[in-house]
This record gives sequence, C-alpha cells and structure tokens, in this order.
Amino acid sequence: MGEFAFSSDLWADDMLWGATLRSPHPRARITGLDLGPALRIPGVYAVLTHEDVPGRRLYGLEHVDQPVLAADEVRYQGEPIVVVAADHPETARRAVAAIGITYEVLDPVTDPEAALHDDRAPRVHADRPNLLRHVPIRRGDPHAAAAVVVTGEYEVGMQDQAFLGPESGLAVPAEDGGIDLYIATQWLHVDQQQVAACLGLAADKVRLTLAGVGGAFGAREDLSMQVHACMLALRTGRPVKMVYGREESFFGHVHRHPARLRYEHGADADGRLVYVKARILLDGGAYASSSGAVVANAATLGVGPYDVPNVVMDAYGLYTNNPPCGAMRGFGAVQACFAYESQMDKLAAALGLDPVEVRVRNALHTGDRMPTGQVVEGPAPVAELLRLVQSKPPAGPADFPPGGTANTTHGEGVVRGVGYGIGIKNVCFSEGFDDYATARVRLELVGGRPAVLVHTAAAEVGQGLVTVQAQIVRTELGVDQVTIAPADTAVGSAGSSSASRQTYMTGGAVRAACQAIRTRLLDRTDGIPDGLRLVDGQVVDTDGTVVADIAELLGDEAIEETVQWRHRPTQALDPETGQGDAHVQYAFAAHRATVDVDLDLGLVKVVEIVTAQDVGKAVNPVAVTGQIHGGTAQGLGLALMEEIQLVDGKVRNPSFTDYLLPTIMDMPPMTVDVLELADPHSPYGLRGVGEPPTISSTPAVVAAIRAATGAALTRVPVRPEHIVGV
Amino acid sequence: MRVTCTVNGTPRTADDVWEGESLLYVLRERLGLPGSKNACEQGECGSCTVYLDGTAVCACLVAAGQATGRDVRTVEGLAPEGELDPVQRAFLQTGAVQCGFCTPGLIVSVHDLLARVPHPSDPEIREALAGNLCRCTGYEKIMDAVRLAASEAGTR
Repeated sequence: MGEFAFSSDLWADDMLWGATLRSPHPRARITGLDLGPALRIPGVYAVLTHEDVPGRRLYGLEHVDQPVLAADEVRYQGEPIVVVAADHPETARRAVAAIGITYEVLDPVTDPEAALHDDRAPRVHADRPNLLRHVPIRRGDPHAAAAVVVTGEYEVGMQDQAFLGPESGLAVPAEDGGIDLYIATQWLHVDQQQVAACLGLAADKVRLTLAGVGGAFGAREDLSMQVHACMLALRTGRPVKMVYGREESFFGHVHRHPARLRYEHGADADGRLVYVKARILLDGGAYASSSGAVVANAATLGVGPYDVPNVVMDAYGLYTNNPPCGAMRGFGAVQACFAYESQMDKLAAALGLDPVEVRVRNALHTGDRMPTGQVVEGPAPVAELLRLVQSKPPAGPADFPPGGTANTTHGEGVVRGVGYGIGIKNVCFSEGFDDYATARVRLELVGGRPAVLVHTAAAEVGQGLVTVQAQIVRTELGVDQVTIAPADTAVGSAGSSSASRQTYMTGGAVRAACQAIRTRLLDRTDGIPDGLRLVDGQVVDTDGTVVADIAELLGDEAIEETVQWRHRPTQALDPETGQGDAHVQYAFAAHRATVDVDLDLGLVKVVEIVTAQDVGKAVNPVAVTGQIHGGTAQGLGLALMEEIQLVDGKVRNPSFTDYLLPTIMDMPPMTVDVLELADPHSPYGLRGVGEPPTISSTPAVVAAIRAATGAALTRVPVRPEHIVGV
Repeated sequence: MRVTCTVNGTPRTADDVWEGESLLYVLRERLGLPGSKNACEQGECGSCTVYLDGTAVCACLVAAGQATGRDVRTVEGLAPEGELDPVQRAFLQTGAVQCGFCTPGLIVSVHDLLARVPHPSDPEIREALAGNLCRCTGYEKIMDAVRLAASEAGTR
C-alpha cells in the first residue's frame, strides 16, 4: 500500500517547484513590485506576474471575474499576485519572500449586510454592485396569517472542506507547444476550458489527466494552482510541481458561505404550516465562484422537506472582501437547513408538540409542490425517515464523558439531550444547465476472453466511482474482466464530481454505452428471441439456458460505443417569482443525535447518531454507508467546531491546530438505515447519496444540545460559551 | 548534507539534503517513497506516521538529519513486496478507505496499536487514533477495520 499516486506524489526528471506570493491584506492597491531580489536568487528560474498571463487574465465558474494573478488591486487575503519556479521548494519560498511589494491598504467590505444595503460601502468590484445574485421565491398568499408564529435569526460560520490532500499537480510542457497537466480536480473539462483560455492555447493543446485526489467536497471545483503551474512550465520549458502546504490550502480554495438567516414560520393550531417567510444572506467573498447556484439552492430548498402553501423567500449572495466562497458538500442547503430545522423545533415547543410529530404533520409527500411550484415526483419518504430514526432504541452510555479523556468531569454536571433533523437536497445540476456525462466503453477479446475497457473523464474523489463503473459493466455485459482507464480529457466531459451527481450521470452514461454494445452484440445472434441477458461471459435466454458465448459472438471485432448521456432537462427560475422546475431529483436524509453536555464547561460529547436516508438504489452498499458516515461527520463538525474565523477579513486559524476537524474521539458510533425507493427517472432508480447526510446532522446535534441545556443556540458552530452563557 | 539511514530494512543515502528538510520530505521526494502523506506537515493529522526505531512518529516533525543512523519503517515496508499486512487487508475489506489520503498514516498507527495492544477496546482504539485525521469516513469503518484486524479472522 502507498503506491497509488496522489497529485502531490508526482515527480518528473528535471522538475522545478512552484510557489505563490499572496496578499496579506483583504483589500489593497498594489503600489510597487520589485521582482529583482527574487530573480537574483540562484536556483530561481521564473518569476511571473499578471503581465505574463498569456491569454485571458481572468477565470471563474459562473462569472469570469477572478484574476489568475492580481493586477492592481487585491480583494481578499491570500489572493495570488506572483508565482515563482525554483529548483527546490525552499528556494521558491525564499524567492517569494524576497519579492519587494508595497500596498496601499484599503478598508475592506466585510459585513454582507452593509454590502447589500449601505450605499456608502465601497464596491468590491468597481464595475458592478456588491449584490451578486438575488433569488426571490413567491408562492401563494404573501400576506397569509396564522394562529401560531415563531421567528428566529440564525447564523452559520464559514466552514472549510479541509480535504487532506492539498492542492497540487504537475505541469509538463509538451513538444507541440502545449501542456500536460496531472491534477487533482472534480471536473477535468471545466479546468481544461479555463486553463486553455488563460494560457491562450487551443483546448487540444491543454491535456489534463486526473491524479489521485485526496478528497474534494466542493473545494476542487474552482481552479487553484492549475494555470500557475502551466505558466511556469511553459516559461521555463521544464516540468513544474506545485504543492500547497496546509496554511496555503486554507487560502487556496473557496469555502462554505457563511450565512445570516431570518425566518418566520406561521402554523395553525394543529401545527400545520400556513406560511414561511425567510431572508437568507450568503457571503460570497471577493469572487463569484459558484455563489449564484448556491444562492438558488438556499432559496429553492430553503423551507425544507415540508409542504408549505405560502412562501415569501429572498436569498442574496454578496461580494465582500472576505475569502471567496463557493461549493461545499450540501451547497446552500446546509445553511438553510440549520435555520428551518431550528424553526421547526421552535414551532414544536410553541405548540407543545413532539419535534418529530410537527415535522411529520408537515412532511412533503410525492405529488406535493415545492415553493418553486415544482411537483415532487418519485418517492419522498420524509415522514418515514423521521419515524425510522425516532424508532431506534435510546442511546446507551457514552464511551467518554464530554472533554474526552481529559478528566474534566466524572459525570457531575453532565446532562443528556436528543435532537432531530431532516433535510432536502437537489441532485445533479439545476436551472436549465446542459448537464451531461460521456462514457466510452469497448468490448473485445483479450487473450481469448471478453474484456471491457471503460474510458471517462469522471473524477474519482474517494466516493467509489471507479468501483461503481466496473460494477455497472459487469451487470450490463456479464463480463468479469473490466478495466477503468485513467480519467483524462482525451474523452468527452463527464461533468463535475459534485452535486451528488456522478454515479447518476457517469453511471448513467456507462450503462447506456453498455446497453448500446449489448444491442450490437445480440444483433449477431440471428433468429434468437428477445429477452436475452449477458451473464458470466455468456448469452442466456429467459430460462437461463445458454444460447451463445460472448467470446464467439465477438470474434476478432471489438465493439466500441461512446455515449453522451443527459438527465431530464430542468428549467430556469422565474427571476421575479422563483417559479420553475429547476431541479432534477430531490434526496432526503434524517438524523437523530444524542449528546451529553457538561453544563459547567460547555463541552459536548455526541454519544450516538442515528441516520436514515433514501438512496433509491444502493449501487455499492459499502460506499453508500461510507458516504453517509462521512457526510454526517462533516455536519457534526459544523455543529460543534469547524469555522474559519475572520477578523476584518483576515483568517485567524489557517491550520489544523486551530481549524478543528472531528477526530475519532469526537465521532460517535453511527447507525445507518438505507431505504431503496426507486426513482422512476434515474439509472437503476438511484438517488444521489453524497450530500444529504451533511445537511441534517448539524441541526440534529444542535437540537440535542438545546434539549439538554435549554440554551437558544442560534449560531453554528456552537461554542462552549454559547452553552454556559458567558 | 548527507543523510544515511535504514529504510524498510535497506540502507539508504540521500545527498544534498537541505538542513531544513523533514524526514517526510526526504522519504517522499528523495527516496521515492511517497506513501507517507503530506496533509498538514505540522503534526496534527498523522498522515505521515512512520516508525522511527520502532516508535510511531509524524515524519513531518522529524528533521531529516535526526534520522541519520536510525531505522525507519514506512507504510511501504509493513508487508513484503506484493503482499498486504493484515491491517491493510482489514481496511480494504471493511471499506475504511475512501479518498485514501489518510490511510497510510492510519495503517501505521493501527499497526503500532495492535503491536502494543492486540485486542483493544473501542475506547482504546479511539484514543490511540485520536492523532489521525480522516475527512471522508467519519471513522466508523475505520473502527470496523481495527476490530477486524484485531480479530482472529483479520490476522489469518
């Protein structure tokens, strides 16, 4: 073990190391730049600025607004300004330190509320307002009144994806003037498109191959060192490796949007929701990244998996001089869920109802309409998932008290609480996006036996996609020998390994390609009736009788199919009412959390988490439970410890010493119930799995702490001082 | 400077080592052993765990020069070429590997735990692995892997 090459493990003869000069200021004008001292250091081969960007100087997923290297102004702390190539990473770091640079420091815009409303707040981008996107949703009567009204204001801190494999890759200049880039990413083709534009090269001159990806969780959707390494490699004519350290990684990718959320829920005396009014502010930071889509998700999923007849929802994404925010697992649904689930608990308390009961009374069902007017098709087992987690036996004693093995208590002052959460997430890309995946599958004889080669550009990021592709081939073609070729841009786009979509999309494409191959293969079985299946290298009829051998039918002629596969189309949202069938599929997960809380110290031990999720079809059951465990853990992290702490736009904790991730001591035993209620539209009936478990574990943990302590807890992550009230 | 040490039973030498380099850097970049991982390089995540004279350490916190004359065993050296250690096998069997970046460090830490405590309780497992961060699994299947490796079935 240890032989799988991650992007930071790559090595080439004669390779140089890249390093990056980043802004220490959230907002400043660059007033002077002296590269001479860096260039004079022996072993330094290139020192490049924005003037050296060969093509387009900006990039971006939704809006092309982010400089490859800052020109005159920096808009967030950590923005790249100069890149260096040298013969040793330390030489490169020293060269970066030697660069002479002066700034005129400006007041940063750090308050999203001011960015939205205060006309005196400076513009983060001179050529456009600070409002990045507003998604309103109007359903039913905006003035509906209700017998019981609960209101709340909530806040979600800035979470980091904190994948363990840092941003890294190797750029190798090619003889044709192009570049080969070996890279950890979530979407090879969107990287290729942006890198080619910034290098001023045709797309076929920029060839990307996926290197081992040490986790992603959304943080590899945007470019980090891709263009920089390619620029340095093209300039020096030598391979260039760039590997961010952990501190740099905190500045090298976007984060989860911090949010402020104001909710008003109105219900009748039985606890049935009459209306929800909500306003969600998402701090997008200095550049757009995928903020627009995050805002749409927060808005469209913002009342949760509930049937609400009247909705007034406004979600806003703002530019500020805080670190850029974009994709992170859950993508806008996480922030909203903390608020709407907190509200459901408040409503339950106001009515004297059990928290599960109030949720079940309002649960979304198949055929109900979302606030966007979209009808929920396929299974929507909201009530069932809630009842399932509620029905589990109560948690036993904890392995450790709050405070772990630190001996902070022997049980005195410790109280227990139980809380629930349920969430909703869209699967695949939404709002009319042309979302597709490409698969090339080849069936041929190798050594006299049938073998299949699968080639896609889909990024395996740890979710188990390579295994799933092989499973699908074995299922569809009955061939045991399956090879998954390395993912690269020599085949068409697979779309992104995000939005819980890749098993659905690339799985769908591989399946469709296999089906096309099967049709061509069976065409060679003249005169044999329909209903044939391919099993264990043979063609069998409906009775299981072998009617032909795949190897014989195939002969020396390989069958290859390349398929571009799409999910059913979606629509844009109406810009004024937010109405539209914007989403492909909805997915649901529920959590029950049990916590012990030390009332004196405000320390929390999560004792147990029970989860239930509908996955449609568990294509790979081990991988499915692994996703649910891992997603639940990231939600627990947001509930209790994970936050990029900002002061005046500056990150105070860019390290694993100060940005806390759940350890094995923090995680409780987890039990998982998986429902398989088939979706009529998706391959095998499957439902995207990766994101839903991240969404509802956060409110479940916080609800449990509230149940134990009575504290209001309107902000995550919950800190000890919120519990003890100091 | 020159660094000479025994790595996975074989004497190895690295030349032109800058004094600030860590053992992790020398293993990964000079000796062709990238199994030990570079997730934080500040001793917080355990991804670079190796044995140094039989003690499990974070290779990122050991200056390369400190390894001179000593015995280093990395994840690549836990099992003979082409074979898997029972701990490695247990991780694969239980689905304890997702992205795999934390896995080499965890394998060494678990290997070390089971050498000291062949049949650890769940709290003992959690305490022993508290220095190894995993971002993908939530640790549940890692617990399964350790239990399996510690069982008779796992060691066969």
